[in-house]
Amino acid sequence: MNIIVCIKQVPDTTEVRLNPETGTLIRDGVPSIINPDDKAGLEAALDMKDAHGAHITVITMGPPQADVALREALAMGADKAILLTDRAFAGADTLATSTTLAAAIRKLDYDLVIAGRQAIDGDTAQVGPQIADHLDLPQVSYVAGLEKKDNSVILKRQFEDSYHMIQVEMPCLITTLSEMNKPRYMRVGGIMDAYNEKVVEKWTLEDIEVDTTKIGLKGSPTKVKKSFTKGSKPAGEKHEVSPQEAGKLIALKLKEKYVI
Amino acid sequence: MEFTLKKEHKLLKDLYQSFAENEVKPLAAEVDEEERFPIETVKKMAEIGMMGIPVPKEYGGAGADNVAYAMAVEELAKHCGTTAVIVSAHTSLCIAPILENGTPAQKEQYLPSLAKGEKIGAFGLTEPNAGTDAAGQQTIAVLDGDNYILNGSKIFITNAGYADVYIIFAMTDRSKGLKGITAFIVEKGFEGFSIGKKEKKMGIKGSATCELIFENCVVPKENMLGKEGRGFGIAMKTLDGGRIGIAAQALGLAQGALDETVKYTKERKQFGRAIAKFQNTQFELASMDTKIEASRLLVYKAAYFKDQKMRYSKEAAMAKLFAADTAMEVTTKAVQLHGGYGYTREYPVERMMRDAKITEIYEGTSEVQKMVIAANLLK
Repeated sequence: MNIIVCIKQVPDTTEVRLNPETGTLIRDGVPSIINPDDKAGLEAALDMKDAHGAHITVITMGPPQADVALREALAMGADKAILLTDRAFAGADTLATSTTLAAAIRKLDYDLVIAGRQAIDGDTAQVGPQIADHLDLPQVSYVAGLEKKDNSVILKRQFEDSYHMIQVEMPCLITTLSEMNKPRYMRVGGIMDAYNEKVVEKWTLEDIEVDTTKIGLKGSPTKVKKSFTKGSKPAGEKHEVSPQEAGKLIALKLKEKYVI
Repeated sequence: MEFTLKKEHKLLKDLYQSFAENEVKPLAAEVDEEERFPIETVKKMAEIGMMGIPVPKEYGGAGADNVAYAMAVEELAKHCGTTAVIVSAHTSLCIAPILENGTPAQKEQYLPSLAKGEKIGAFGLTEPNAGTDAAGQQTIAVLDGDNYILNGSKIFITNAGYADVYIIFAMTDRSKGLKGITAFIVEKGFEGFSIGKKEKKMGIKGSATCELIFENCVVPKENMLGKEGRGFGIAMKTLDGGRIGIAAQALGLAQGALDETVKYTKERKQFGRAIAKFQNTQFELASMDTKIEASRLLVYKAAYFKDQKMRYSKEAAMAKLFAADTAMEVTTKAVQLHGGYGYTREYPVERMMRDAKITEIYEGTSEVQKMVIAANLLK
């Protein structure tokens, strides 16, 4: 069984601080991590490898620095890593990104393609589903659990108030939730292997077959018109009252806002 | 000359930091309070290869170097001095002497299970009357057929009771003094070997520190480590390496205390502002940070020298001397900067201060480190 896991290297937003004067993000010195939803997808793939045996390829599109995210995936137990990196890919929106990733995935054998639900730096949740569309694969998003059954996977799909159990024949694509598992640690020996024995394959535009008008900045229909910092909310009110009065007060406030 | 870490070291540091933050830090206060050996953490460290970091892969280790090992002890010690010394004693004092002095059969037999963390290692040199003066060994080993019969006792043995494999030193020929000391690999369960009283300590309280008792203990002669009469050299060389581990522990304790203090002084307000705004606080923090960085350079340099197969005895002694003194100074200042709260167990700095003191004592006191350094100068 061949599994492809798409990962993205993102700034660790839990470590991002705001410049109090300009209100902008301070990205200097913020560590980069594997996007949590993607890491959960990798863990799910590794689980499947432990249980049934599988060959796992991790793939990312990004600058050369994204190499470390792939090494981390190798140190956790992935078998092969591909870094899609080329100036031609730069400036891509989700559509151009998914076009590029899909072109690379076409060159590989796969039964299951896994992508994280969404990246913590962009939060679009579009790339996974778009890859499925490019590859004409059935897709299930928001997966909170999976197991293999014969030539299909049984998936637990999260809804707002319930789960759906879905059986999908492979090949297919799923997008995974960070809540679905606790990713394993890298192993010390795994890190040594990731740097000394395994390779991160660098693929450029020449290594994939893709319409160059549909990738990179040129191939990105999304235009950012303006970016701004969200205004901060005013401080909340604090009332120290008895439980009965608190109930009344809450009801009153909800009525004021037409919630009830 | 480069001062940047190798790529694998950076990723290893990420791993150690996240492991220590998630698995070690939450238990640190409990392990101290209950004087409990954190066996569950040892198992988790074993799973990810932290119990055999500088051990070649052929013996089941991670195949990393001593810099990678020192960094692991440092990161563990930032949160828990106990966990750090468990790894240090196991790796530097038990695995290393077998790796460096063992016969192929001994390496085959003992290293894989130790490096994988399935078994824990320990080292027994100190006796009631033989501390810094190791030549005062009273434990004796007498050859009897195919076995050596050991009699005597060892004290202050780290990992005692939990360890499965012990490197033990005993006199095989008292008339030869230091040249009459021989090293042995003794397994838990060998006839005549038992664990004595557990010490109640000031710090590193979760670390098991006990007496070892040998009463006609039967050790097969193939378990002699190195040659007969070469035990003292093995012990000294082992301790040279061990000092890198303890220096890394001291470094981690100091860094952990500084990190806590930076956080606290930014939050704690007195006279209408955070105490970090006062110049005294800033000067103290700056001096703490500088000494810690100097310690780190000494520790990594000693580890690097060992990796390069260069002589590192003096470097390891300097690293331990400076890092241990820095740990004591920094943790004491950390408590001071925390004020009354720092003296309570609500904050971790009082534990770090208690844990730091031992780094000036075990595996060669600070005074012994000065003897080693001076001996190198004056030879």
